[in-house]
Amino acid sequence: MIGLEIHAELQTRSKMFCPCPVVDSTTAEPNRYVCPVCAGMPGTLPVPNRRAIEWTILTGLALNCEIAEYSLFYRKNYFYPDLPSEYQRSMYDYPLCLNGYLEIETPEGSKRVRIRRVHIEEDTGKLIHIGGVTLVDFNRAGVPLMEIVTEPDMHSVEEVKAFATALRTLLRYLGVNSGDMEKGVIRFEANVSVRPKGETRLGTRTEIKNLNSFRALVRAVDYEIRRQIEIVRSGGRVEQETMGWDEAREVTVPQRGKEHAHDYRYFPEPDIPPLVISREWVEEIRAMLPELPRARMARFEQVYGLTRYEAALLTEDHRVADYFERAVTLARQEEPVVEPRTLAAWITGELFRLMNEANREIQDVRVSPESLVGLIRMVQRGEINMNTGKLVLREAFETGEVPHRIVEAKGFTQIRDVEALREIVLQVIKANPKEVESYLRGKEGVLKWFVGQVMRATRGQADPQRVNELVREALEARRAARSSEDPR
Amino acid sequence: MALSRGEVEHIAELAKLALTEEEKALYAEQLSAILDYFRKLQEVDTSGIAPTATVLPIRNVFRPDEPGEPMPRERLLQNAPAQADGCFQVQPILEFE
Ligand SMILES: [Zn+2]
Repeated sequence: MIGLEIHAELQTRSKMFCPCPVVDSTTAEPNRYVCPVCAGMPGTLPVPNRRAIEWTILTGLALNCEIAEYSLFYRKNYFYPDLPSEYQRSMYDYPLCLNGYLEIETPEGSKRVRIRRVHIEEDTGKLIHIGGVTLVDFNRAGVPLMEIVTEPDMHSVEEVKAFATALRTLLRYLGVNSGDMEKGVIRFEANVSVRPKGETRLGTRTEIKNLNSFRALVRAVDYEIRRQIEIVRSGGRVEQETMGWDEAREVTVPQRGKEHAHDYRYFPEPDIPPLVISREWVEEIRAMLPELPRARMARFEQVYGLTRYEAALLTEDHRVADYFERAVTLARQEEPVVEPRTLAAWITGELFRLMNEANREIQDVRVSPESLVGLIRMVQRGEINMNTGKLVLREAFETGEVPHRIVEAKGFTQIRDVEALREIVLQVIKANPKEVESYLRGKEGVLKWFVGQVMRATRGQADPQRVNELVREALEARRAARSSEDPR
Repeated sequence: MALSRGEVEHIAELAKLALTEEEKALYAEQLSAILDYFRKLQEVDTSGIAPTATVLPIRNVFRPDEPGEPMPRERLLQNAPAQADGCFQVQPILEFE
């Protein structure tokens, strides 16, 4: 059984208790975004960021939580160099949101993973270990951090993956977190325990920290489940301990050294008055909820006739969903109308392939929805064939050029002039008397070979269907001519 | 209620204080006296009373999410015992990596 604890930074403009800007702590110059409050200097007064509180409630609502009427910050006391005030402010006993759930897709159907609580705390600074010393950067100190704790409701690595993906998507839809694990704005910890089938008592659980990518999360949970099963099978006992994930060796290892003095002496933060969350405020926040991923997925299936798979792919990133819907709107405005399913196929097929290859996200794609729809129209009108269409899309993706210009500039236009095409067909037939002979003697397969020759002669710019017709017509004309010559 | 020497050492450890043997004996006595004094509070019947985090009537003090000017780094670092690369430099932390 697996439970997750997720720390997601709220990407507000300013920090939780002071006006310092929230910046990308992986690229910002160290200690440029720090003030006396977030540096933990004596005599300073923290004042909570209203938007951070609203965003946490918003997240709680999206996770189907009850919203507390009363909340409070505590001081969690411990000494560590990344914590300038020697205590971390956290809603310890009084989380803002309680008892929710998130619905996920599993191979057995959809399933609810219960959410125990969602609360706010402040992020710590960053330690940089370099050349035998430790450096401290406080840019991240005091950034609002939302902690989301699930019940141990996941039973496989696949479910963990589905949950983590769904939660990240949800936070992106809400616009509270970019979900960028490499930048450390969202971090996962997993609690893992196993129990034999039929056993009702919970097994001893271990906690895995230091998971800084989706891959690490999945691998570590997978490894830890197998490690514990192995121990239980061989009659041993799982120790309750905190594990770290060793990325290089791909094993979980006990984290030693930090277990001393786990006595945080929590007490209410005297500098921050309690929070009273009125129901009117909650309703105001509820009104800010956007259409959520699952609702959008269902709508894409119903309204646009997409498969569940296509709808899921398109709605995983709300910006991709926006791109698709913009294209759908444009596609309806002019003839020939491009069907939503056709658009979905182009986006989830060709466009995703190009994005993967270039490791680019939709907001960095230079093919606008207008361009994509224009390109598909050229294919539908028969001006270019499907393969040329794919080539043009690649070109547009790389250069940012408008598709019809690429088609003009490269002379990609399909030969639609039937007379011109017939001319080429006749030339090819004339140049290959032997093949004509074998066709006339009944080798039907030669027809395909002729089509290939004509396509080559036109540098792929002819409609293969049309070429097929013309070749057959010409060859049959030969047959007719021959039998009328033959007196027999 | 007498605190043991071990308990005093634990509290000192949590507060990162290095105490001499004399201080440990002295604080064991003083802290015990303080705890005894507070024990009077435990005689009061508080069942049915919600925990009180503050006696002030103030609630919901917030600020809008507007960024402001941070502190110049030179000033921030001026009290640092040691610094390097624009950072506070501290004793090496042995961390799981
Ligand atoms: Zn600050």
